Amino acid sequence: MSILINKETRVLVQGITGREGRFHTEQMQAYGTKVVAGVTPGKGGRDALGVPVYDTVKEAVADHEVDASIIFVPAAAAADAALEAAYAGVQLVVLITEGIPTLDMVAAVKEIKDLGVRLIGGNCPGLISAEEAKLGIMPGHVFKKGRVGLISRSGTLTYEAAAALSESGLGTTTTVGIGGDPIIGTTFKDLLPLFKDDPDTDAVVVIGEIGGSDEEEAAAWIKENMEKPVVGFIGGRSAPKGKRMGHAGAIIMGDVGTPESKLKAFAEANIPVADTIDEIVELVRKQLK
Amino acid sequence: MKLHEFQAKELLAQHGVPVPTGKVAYAPEEAERIAKEFGKRVVIKAQVHVGGRGKAGGVKLAQPDEAREVAGKILGMDIKGLTVKKVLVAEAVDIAKEYYAGLIIDRSTQRVVLMVSKEGGVDIEEVARTNPQAIVKFPVDPHKGLRHFEARDVVKRAGLEGNINRLANVIVQLYNTFVGVDASLAEINPLVVTDQGDIIAADAKIDLDDNALFRHPDLAKLREIEAEHPLEIEASNYGFAYVKLDGDVGVIGNGAGLVMYTLDLVNRAGGKPANFLDIGGGAKAEVVYNAVKLVAKDPDVKGIFINIFGGITRADEVAKGVIQALEEGVVKVPVVMRVAGTAEEEAKSLLEGKPIYLYPNSLEAAKAIVTMVGGAK
Repeated sequence: MSILINKETRVLVQGITGREGRFHTEQMQAYGTKVVAGVTPGKGGRDALGVPVYDTVKEAVADHEVDASIIFVPAAAAADAALEAAYAGVQLVVLITEGIPTLDMVAAVKEIKDLGVRLIGGNCPGLISAEEAKLGIMPGHVFKKGRVGLISRSGTLTYEAAAALSESGLGTTTTVGIGGDPIIGTTFKDLLPLFKDDPDTDAVVVIGEIGGSDEEEAAAWIKENMEKPVVGFIGGRSAPKGKRMGHAGAIIMGDVGTPESKLKAFAEANIPVADTIDEIVELVRKQLK
Repeated sequence: MKLHEFQAKELLAQHGVPVPTGKVAYAPEEAERIAKEFGKRVVIKAQVHVGGRGKAGGVKLAQPDEAREVAGKILGMDIKGLTVKKVLVAEAVDIAKEYYAGLIIDRSTQRVVLMVSKEGGVDIEEVARTNPQAIVKFPVDPHKGLRHFEARDVVKRAGLEGNINRLANVIVQLYNTFVGVDASLAEINPLVVTDQGDIIAADAKIDLDDNALFRHPDLAKLREIEAEHPLEIEASNYGFAYVKLDGDVGVIGNGAGLVMYTLDLVNRAGGKPANFLDIGGGAKAEVVYNAVKLVAKDPDVKGIFINIFGGITRADEVAKGVIQALEEGVVKVPVVMRVAGTAEEEAKSLLEGKPIYLYPNSLEAAKAIVTMVGGAK
């Protein structure tokens, strides 16, 4: 089992004919993801990587059953592409694109949520259910099937954590990279209930970082609702205030987004926090005993 | 991207917000000429990208015949490490009341949030700490925009005194400016009600969303590179996410999360990072070569720690870039590397016998580089 996606999930790729879209579609197919169609406005009627390409999402979903869409279109058109998928009735939309104007996301996130559609990202690595399906850009080989759910604001650090969990034999169920931007479709606390209900997930690792208050909100939810063990991690603990550390969302503004506030929230919810990636494995082991 | 006060006021004025008449001066004589042209008391304000100008002595009132001397004192002044190169000379306003109106992008509500307070003219973060109930907040529906009746309601709830229609107008115009220029922050502080009952934006601050600058080429041109660290400018030309820090360990990695974590490890080992540098995803050898060259150029750097977890980025491409930099002699300091993930074995065999220190584990590598630059501080 897993959350959100599995090997039956039928996937549409928006921006399939672009460089990134083509490369990652090939990678997803190699992983076993069921890609059923692609969309690139102006390139409808062709084939790409063995699947038909359509001009619009509407046309694609008229011909195919689609459970999820993954978006690789440039930043200026990305929020529009996500809205297109949501209005066409696609229930899970994964927005990989980086550098999307924030106000585009403010408007799109509200509208997509109002439609009852789940949006993951933008500026995210996507999600992967180990050894089943990948809707993202992560290196599939580091994810071994196992018992730990993983949610993260970072890409590379997620791969590190997944590799460590896989190597230890604990493995992962589903891993979701929620993205490093200030306005994103899905936050930690939106995903925790799904992991709570997933019978195969025995523990959850939350990889947070400085900026915003998503970690604090997740900790509050965990304290009230979660029986399964959770292990935390906070990246950027030594970062100076007011400087954007690579991710648009990784910035401490005044008293908001400090590592102290996040560590305190985790402590209050009895969530152990790992200082290093290797320690994540130790803490998960300890919690599962 | 930060804008200067005079630029922020220009944008507000374009959207209908009343601002004091003012002009920018680069020399004391110019300030005097502007003040005499206005023929009345002026305020002379340092234009630097940093808060707390008033406290630092960068904002002063002057009569037209004093303007040259006052501007002369402010120009060239150092405020929090930035040299004042220009001043805004503006007509002084007669202040009856000072309020605050601001807009930010709030992550929790995922909206643009309007904040209005009776406590203007002071640091709003201080008000938020000491007297949070004095700030009235209103999350704006992105599809409807800020309507006049909503602004009037906020004006009432915040307890602002003065012409409610005109106060609400300014607040709606502030919102229109925010959306019109793709800001990430816009504030008027103080929003002044004058002795005559006029409403005027006596000071203003606007930060722009870097992701949306492509829609505003005219605003993108306002970027002032002299205000940034030269290495940050060079890094942005290469497309790197780079932040100059004040330590001596150069840090390079792939992925913002991993680089942040690497900084944390250097700190944990007792060292101080000299920079944050993310080479991004899927970097080729040339990109890595440029990254190493850039970090090695920083005179503060006494050692470099390269932390790579290969995913889409291939560790062997990284190794090739590092080796090229070493062979061209651009690096004069010790280099510690940790590589894992995609093409890890290929990378290790390429790096064999090269003058770098390879560690299998990030924390061990961090400890090693800290020792090499002279130990924990």
